[in-house]
Amino acid sequence: MNNMFRRLTILIPYIWLLVLFLLPFLIVFRISISILEYGSPPYIPQFEFESWSGFMDKVGMFNLDNYRFLASDALYRNAYISSVVIAFFSTMFTLAIGFPLAYGMARASSSLRPVLLMLVILPFWTSFLIRVYAWIGILKPEGLLNQFLLALGIISEPLTILNTNAAVYIGIVYSYLPFMVLPIYSTLEKLDYSLIEAAQDLGCTPLGAFWKVTIRLALPGILAGCFLVFIPAVGEFVIPDLLGGSQTLMIGKVLWTEFFNNGDWTISSALAMVLLIVLVVPIVLFQNAQAKATEAGK
Amino acid sequence: MKSLGNVRRSFAPWTDPKSVPYIRFENVTKKFGDFTAVDNLSLDIFEREFFSLLGPSGCGKTTLLRMLAGFEDPSEGDIFLDGQSLKGVAPHNRPVNMMFQSYALFPHMSVEQNIAFGLKQAKMNKAEIEDRVQQMLKLVKLEKFAKRKPHQLSGGQRQRVALARSVAKRPKLLLLDEPLGALDKKLREETQFELMDLQQELGLTFVIVTHDQDEAMTMSDRIAVMDAGVVKQIGTPAEIYEAPDSRYVADFIGSVNIFEGKVKENANGLVKLDSPDGFSEIQAVEDRQFETGQDLFLAIRPEKMNLTRERPTEANAASGEVWEIAYMGDVTNYIVKLDGGKMVRASVVNRKRSVENPIGYDEVIWVSFEPDGGTLLDR
Repeated sequence: MNNMFRRLTILIPYIWLLVLFLLPFLIVFRISISILEYGSPPYIPQFEFESWSGFMDKVGMFNLDNYRFLASDALYRNAYISSVVIAFFSTMFTLAIGFPLAYGMARASSSLRPVLLMLVILPFWTSFLIRVYAWIGILKPEGLLNQFLLALGIISEPLTILNTNAAVYIGIVYSYLPFMVLPIYSTLEKLDYSLIEAAQDLGCTPLGAFWKVTIRLALPGILAGCFLVFIPAVGEFVIPDLLGGSQTLMIGKVLWTEFFNNGDWTISSALAMVLLIVLVVPIVLFQNAQAKATEAGK
Repeated sequence: MKSLGNVRRSFAPWTDPKSVPYIRFENVTKKFGDFTAVDNLSLDIFEREFFSLLGPSGCGKTTLLRMLAGFEDPSEGDIFLDGQSLKGVAPHNRPVNMMFQSYALFPHMSVEQNIAFGLKQAKMNKAEIEDRVQQMLKLVKLEKFAKRKPHQLSGGQRQRVALARSVAKRPKLLLLDEPLGALDKKLREETQFELMDLQQELGLTFVIVTHDQDEAMTMSDRIAVMDAGVVKQIGTPAEIYEAPDSRYVADFIGSVNIFEGKVKENANGLVKLDSPDGFSEIQAVEDRQFETGQDLFLAIRPEKMNLTRERPTEANAASGEVWEIAYMGDVTNYIVKLDGGKMVRASVVNRKRSVENPIGYDEVIWVSFEPDGGTLLDR
């Protein structure tokens, strides 16, 4: 009885993954090896009840042409590279801002910590889309930021930030900051301060102790934060679409264009498959790092 | 020759007015906001001394230790180490190492990496570090555990790693913050002797913070009993135990009976007190002079009390009823309710395996003690 219950509870996540990951994945994969065809749905082969030989003929139509096309066109390659580059630098910026934030939170008095934690989570109460829209109002030429800088006399002409890569970076860093802060905070909060004192006692300068103890022990949190930011940032669509300019090349946007503007389901499915492969590598690295951290026992 | 108990070793620089203290606290005050943790405290500790700071939690003993390590600065006053003021000297520049209460072992480093940590900071060369680490591992008998991480060790083993790490740099002064607190009783007793051996062997000065009086008594050359930021008394374990100079110290160390009384007579080195506690009078051998009528306290340890069924011939005797008996194995502790209502503790050593007709519950018996058994206290 107990055993059955246990199996049942294990079964639930498997069913979840099967229905919501594996099936859609197989559907997308099947479309990515299909042939574009004007119709509904816009690809062939379509399977119906028919003879065995007709079925085999249709199976024989599957091919890798879409992938070959992706490889032959520099636009796609550049979009992947540019996405990874933008995601990488965004992750670094997020880390540069998120770590001091998390550190300050973890070192704040214990009565203040829940409030600070709340403040980090608070933006989630407003829709992500609305918050990105709000940045348009801040960054546009006659927006809040330019007005403010002009009023202070720091600049004499409005800066062009909106519709550039800079705006994309700002949007990604802003949107994903909590995903960086929270895991780092949780590792720093557990950090026993006497370890830092011990390092200083044994001859480390405060900076040395910070590097050898604080950073080193926060590493699992830093890694988790980096992957939580990097992975979704690579495939990000909303932020480059709303804040980026015409020269902002990101795979999410290319995929959107192929699917909705060009109606090319097969190419966009192939794009999605390749994106998945691009992301699987860091995900596997992440899993390894996590496993190692767990093994280290702390 | 008469002396107060035994001493651990013939080492007593504090009795020599010419000896120079190694550590000197000079009118040190430490405040945290409104709270005064250490209050205008002066204290000398000598080289190669095993010195204990003993007191209840919150008495300021850990703050004293942390000021020596450099983690806290005195609000007022100054601390001198080997004649040099420690003002403004950062922890990493002090020739002092500390063993932390939580051990503070680096969880991401193996045992040998933990021990080598301080040596690497000191920029020792690789071969030397290797040598020293092996030496330390041998010292704490952890050779087989060199590659383990702290979480793979037992509490006792972790304690040894912490100890090895803190002595690896050969500091002249080692600070130990409740070093044995997390160990079980048997292991704690073993480790106490190991610590003493280690201190002798390496010729270090140890300053140890503890709230465990047995620990302080066992290991120390001298003990400072602290309360609320001040030192109540400094002395050898025997002095603290046999000649406490206040009721606080008498009560804090071991168990004690305290009788109140007014001075009735004071002559020929003998003080006689009128006692409301059921003694016709209390006599105490005493060199000091007290005024007639002065209120005094007599502190006397349970093992110096005698229990008899017949009225004893000793001067200090009172009758009472056996209230509680606790058999501890080595001794049996009695609580006797005197006729005046006061509860008195008495310990009787169990010298034989079986006793015929032992004193039992509810018996009316006599409690007595010798005039030189207790200490007169005026505070």
